[in-house]
Amino acid sequence: MPPRPGPYRRPYWDTQPPYRFDPYGSTQLRAPSQPLIALPQSISELTGPTFGPEFVRDGDNDLTAGHGGEPIGERILVTGRVLDENGRPVPHALIEIWQANAAGRYVHKRDQHDAPLDPNFTGDGRTLTDAQGRYQFKTIKPGAYPWRNHHNAWRPQHIHFSLFGNAYATRLVTQMYFPGDPLLAFDPIFNCVPDAKARDRLIATFDWATTSPEYALGYQFDIVLRGRDATPME
Amino acid sequence: MLYATASQTVGPYLHIGLAALDCADLTADAPDLAGQRIVIEGRVIDGRGEPVPDGMVEIWQANPAGRYRHEEDTGDAPLVPGFTGFGRVPTGPDGGFRFVTVKPGPVPDLAGDLQAPHIMVSVFTRGLVKHVATRLYFGDEAAANAADSVLGLVPPARRATLVADATAPGSYRWNVVLQGADETVFFDI
Repeated sequence: MPPRPGPYRRPYWDTQPPYRFDPYGSTQLRAPSQPLIALPQSISELTGPTFGPEFVRDGDNDLTAGHGGEPIGERILVTGRVLDENGRPVPHALIEIWQANAAGRYVHKRDQHDAPLDPNFTGDGRTLTDAQGRYQFKTIKPGAYPWRNHHNAWRPQHIHFSLFGNAYATRLVTQMYFPGDPLLAFDPIFNCVPDAKARDRLIATFDWATTSPEYALGYQFDIVLRGRDATPME
Repeated sequence: MLYATASQTVGPYLHIGLAALDCADLTADAPDLAGQRIVIEGRVIDGRGEPVPDGMVEIWQANPAGRYRHEEDTGDAPLVPGFTGFGRVPTGPDGGFRFVTVKPGPVPDLAGDLQAPHIMVSVFTRGLVKHVATRLYFGDEAAANAADSVLGLVPPARRATLVADATAPGSYRWNVVLQGADETVFFDI
């Protein structure tokens, strides 16, 4: 029997946020107060749900389509690769995304921000990475919006990303931000990640190679899921 | 080496992007499991005892024979047609969630001993900058629970937070308390 690969690596120091981050007020009553209990990774953690093409329909990666007309806003292409920490592509991985419209409004009953809804934009997308771990979404650039975390609080423009990877242990939900956004420095959600380089990796890069002439600006956003240690010696 | 992308909260509008995969009845496409259905109900509660009405609960589990539908599970137990082992539901206004599923069979731990039947549970919500991971064990599996190597890592006084009450045959009740005196045990996996 071939040796099994090792466990998924623990996060490198400060590259993941602590649960409790007081500037983000909602953590104060929802963050666990007890330390987590470290669990050796058994078959329960090394397996996880997998999603085939039946979970994604054609066009699910085009958030500008599927309505009566074109959404208002700046059309963009968001592309990148899903890799593990060892630099290996994660192929055929499901990505789910959601975002506000160009005016900074979500199609959601809880969003009461006084900005217009767009009948041609719902703001959800899904795709599977290809054999090289690549993905692409077509969408519009989301708007910034106010929230009630503190006085004059505004979320920087962002897109939510949700991924499973190959195991329960690799589950990740994150947010992609845009380069040059002046709100990033003031956003407690972005800044809950202690390590500055880890924060910077949440910011997409503007990408000429993805930019489509006369059509849409392109952004590159690579996502890294936990990788496995080398096979332990038998 | 690369570093895993930092986690960020799902925020309050997660349903927009995640509802498409909602699955409250894991047996819906698995007629072979019709006679083995169980119901798991509970609530997600914050540090003040208030409901968490804007969250999401995901579960992952083996089938009744103790087999995960995943390439890494090379065990001999058979897969069950139509049973993926994955569930996802949003929490309701009272923080409530409800799954129809089956009790998973035992799977091995790292030493090769059987673990007590358990379901992997992840909770996502505004205010959680990364999801919390826990396990649900079954209150009517006392002997297996007592021998379980993972429960053995948990201080005895907190083990009960991981064990669902068997309220009737096939019915289980289990709350997730994010913070406070009865805080659920969460794992670093």
